[in-house]
Amino acid sequence: MATIEVIERSFYAKVLEATPEGERLRLCLECGNCSGICPFGYLMLYPPSRMIAMLRADRFDQLLETDTVWMCVSCYACTAACPSKVPLTPGLMASIKEELLLAGNVPDELQAALQNSQRYGNPQGESPRKRADWTLGIQPEVKLLAKVKQPVDVLWFVGDYASYHPRVQLATKALARVLNALGVDFGILGPEEWSDGDSQRLAGERGLFEVLAEKNGKAFGKYQFNRIITTDPHAYNAIKNEYPALGISYPVQHYTEFLAERMDQLKPLLKQEVKVKATYHDPCYLGRANGIFEQPRALLQAIPGMELVEMTHNHMNSLCCGGGGGGMWLDGFQWEKAHVRLSEWRVREAISAGAEFLAVACPYETPRFEDAAKTVQGAGELKVRDIAELLAESMGV
Amino acid sequence: MNIIVLAKLVPDLVEELTIDPGGAALDLTFARWIINEFDDHAIEQGILLKERGGGTVTVLVPDLDGADDVLFTAAAKGADRLIKLGGDFNGVNNHALARAFAAVVKELQADLILTGVQAHDDLDGSAGPLLAECLQMPYVGYVSGVSINDGKSLLRKEYPGGLLAEMEVTTPAVLGIQAAEQPPRYVAVSKVRQAMKTSSIEEQDASSLDPCGGPTVGRMFQPEAAAHATMIAGSPDEVADKLVDLFKELGVL
Amino acid sequence: MSQDIYVLIEHLRGQVAELSYTMLAAGRELAQGAGGNVVAVLLGHNAKELGKDFAADKVLYLDHALLADFTSDAYQKALADLIGKDQPRAVLFGNSSIGADVASVLSMRLDLPLVSSCRSFTQDGKFVSQICGGKIMAEGELPGPTALVTMVPGGYQPDQGRSAAAPSITEAPVPALEALRVALSKYIEPETGDVDISKEPLLIAVGRGIQNKDNIELAENLAQAIGGVVCGSRPVIDQGWLATSRLVGKSGKHVKPKIYFAMGISGAPEHAEAIMQSDTIIAINTDPKAPIFDVAKYGVEGDIFDLVEVLTEKVQQAK
Repeated sequence: MATIEVIERSFYAKVLEATPEGERLRLCLECGNCSGICPFGYLMLYPPSRMIAMLRADRFDQLLETDTVWMCVSCYACTAACPSKVPLTPGLMASIKEELLLAGNVPDELQAALQNSQRYGNPQGESPRKRADWTLGIQPEVKLLAKVKQPVDVLWFVGDYASYHPRVQLATKALARVLNALGVDFGILGPEEWSDGDSQRLAGERGLFEVLAEKNGKAFGKYQFNRIITTDPHAYNAIKNEYPALGISYPVQHYTEFLAERMDQLKPLLKQEVKVKATYHDPCYLGRANGIFEQPRALLQAIPGMELVEMTHNHMNSLCCGGGGGGMWLDGFQWEKAHVRLSEWRVREAISAGAEFLAVACPYETPRFEDAAKTVQGAGELKVRDIAELLAESMGV
Repeated sequence: MNIIVLAKLVPDLVEELTIDPGGAALDLTFARWIINEFDDHAIEQGILLKERGGGTVTVLVPDLDGADDVLFTAAAKGADRLIKLGGDFNGVNNHALARAFAAVVKELQADLILTGVQAHDDLDGSAGPLLAECLQMPYVGYVSGVSINDGKSLLRKEYPGGLLAEMEVTTPAVLGIQAAEQPPRYVAVSKVRQAMKTSSIEEQDASSLDPCGGPTVGRMFQPEAAAHATMIAGSPDEVADKLVDLFKELGVL
Repeated sequence: MSQDIYVLIEHLRGQVAELSYTMLAAGRELAQGAGGNVVAVLLGHNAKELGKDFAADKVLYLDHALLADFTSDAYQKALADLIGKDQPRAVLFGNSSIGADVASVLSMRLDLPLVSSCRSFTQDGKFVSQICGGKIMAEGELPGPTALVTMVPGGYQPDQGRSAAAPSITEAPVPALEALRVALSKYIEPETGDVDISKEPLLIAVGRGIQNKDNIELAENLAQAIGGVVCGSRPVIDQGWLATSRLVGKSGKHVKPKIYFAMGISGAPEHAEAIMQSDTIIAINTDPKAPIFDVAKYGVEGDIFDLVEVLTEKVQQAK
């Protein structure tokens, strides 16, 4: 059995290394808020509070024998609910996943995504050379920084799913057209862009995260730009909160933040009515983890004709789509354990709220919610749209 | 027990393949080399055997872009000895590869040699059985389970339709691995980085590369891919007739 | 030295492999150009009658107790002797668990050239091999004096390798089969639990278009008629209409059957990716724009309910 000292040295040190606030682990009150608010807490043999109790009882080895930790979708709900402000998601959960990963206790699906990220720089295993293929046909042409060799105002970090997933590409192209219509001087890295690595980090692969971050850092260093914008809230979180510790420091905004700042310029262009009742799903890494709640809503409200309603879970209490922290690569595993999907729960909430459109701002969400709408009763008519798509529609671009 | 695993690097099919200007070979100028997936299973099987019964695992790879990665990853999984075979392996065939491997393996006193049952770029048979004959060892391929004791190896060979045969082979022997008993494990980047610091790669030069026995390709080309399905039209009755004809043509009726 | 084309027949427990008939058809094409005979080479023990439907000019039958079941060592010895003596123009082997265990070894042992993954021969006798996961074809002159060739299915119809008239069967001598290093201990039957759809050659796949659980029976009937197995896309599995082991897709299995018959599956990217390695995809969907038609080789725009019962009937009649 592991001794307190061993835990102090290894696991505890790991938590400290993962996050500067790791020290707060000692302040856990065992109140159980974290385990109660966790969307999959009821399926975990050791939800966060019990996990800390096990650590304190020197039973760390038992934690390593379970696989229910892989139900964690890194949604930050526990972290947000903790009265002692223990960094549960990035500290405790990411570190325990790392221990399981090193011990070889990893579901196959997740292994494949990590292997692909190592090999190709994206979890899907797509050709790195095709990362900018989505730009084909966009006018004016999207600037590839390696090609244009000139400074730009904005470096757009497109991200994995926005670059490759056929459904998400529609939103990516819409955003490119919106940026063009606003006359934004932007460029992309294309084949030089690697996965941001944030979900891999939260799935326990910190070493991989560092490799990916270093590669992106190197690419950033080659070009001149004033700021980075991202499509993906996970990339936003990584570049804003994690890259600086690795010496990669740039001002970064999520695209909703960036566009909301240009509302005066944007509003006159939103000419066509989109007369629907829409609800907005707060992505975990935009809302709860980074406090961006109002900008996306302001953009939606600027669209003429659109009525915005809220779902039961909103803002700080938003419900995860199930894709974070490796969830995107654990669909089969989680289905086997849970026989429910968070995305379906969310789609039901959207229906109950009377929404015709479910607006999203994260590339994980469009495919997940559209998939869920296929199986949820009465959701056949629900349309899932990225905010960028709705703006483009109203602008007629 | 001394287990040797031979791994081959092959062009990654994730990238578009192109034919070189001569028209008779792949253009490998920009190829991304990855481990042959069956060889990855062979490494896993080697490590599993070692974990179960002790011994050492030596991994041999021809020197192509990515060879170091393959070797250090194998070390992170538990391989003991890493050998990189120097020479111009770009576009080399399996007959040449097997002869070059044989010269090195002869000196290693192997009990068991594992390699992938095939690779997607094989055009002159697979490396395993060619090597076995060079070494005068028995060969069994399509293997998906191995145990070893008393100078004999007991293995499972796969046949179509899920039928398995249990076979006994005297060792030393060469086995062509179809699948390891468990899928190749994932090793965390931190472990691979660790292996880079703690293990070293031995380099040996291939004495010669003799491709005799492989065919000469006159022309390479890409089959035309249909962009859209050929639509079968008609009444349900007519469509069903056409589908039955199609099933016959495809050999299932 | 002759212009004959030898074809190694593969059989297991009394059953000749379909691929062997394909190879007999390939052998015919090659023999016509070369001006030789097609000779089926059958190794076995009390297995002579297996040769009666071979479309060959002659069957060479090698009988020995140690050839009753396939082992690489015994086959290699017997064939090395035969090929060395007869020196045919070519010997065709399956690129399979039997043929591939033998061909490469013989190439080194007899110092004869070997071509693998051959799919077809051109009229002037060139080999055409399929490599790199089917993305590249390689064509070349068939090397001499005796070319050893391993063949993949797809280039010829197995029916053309069958004949109603039994060919003449000649017994050929078997060399001493001593000091064999490989022995068969036993066969292990496929697990009787649920099927592994990633290994099935014929899949009848159902999607949301099947509408309810009762309709699964329609797919089961078709599968039974044609000798296939039913699998499904996610919505069907989630509803509990089929076992999770039958799930094709991102969180299920990747499949590579000879035929993937998709009924009412739209073909979302996750599903399409999981079936890309199928030899032939046939899709039925009411929506002509369904993405499944971009990956399918053949498509039917229509309602599965109009078609499936008629099709099942006709398949039964055709058998």
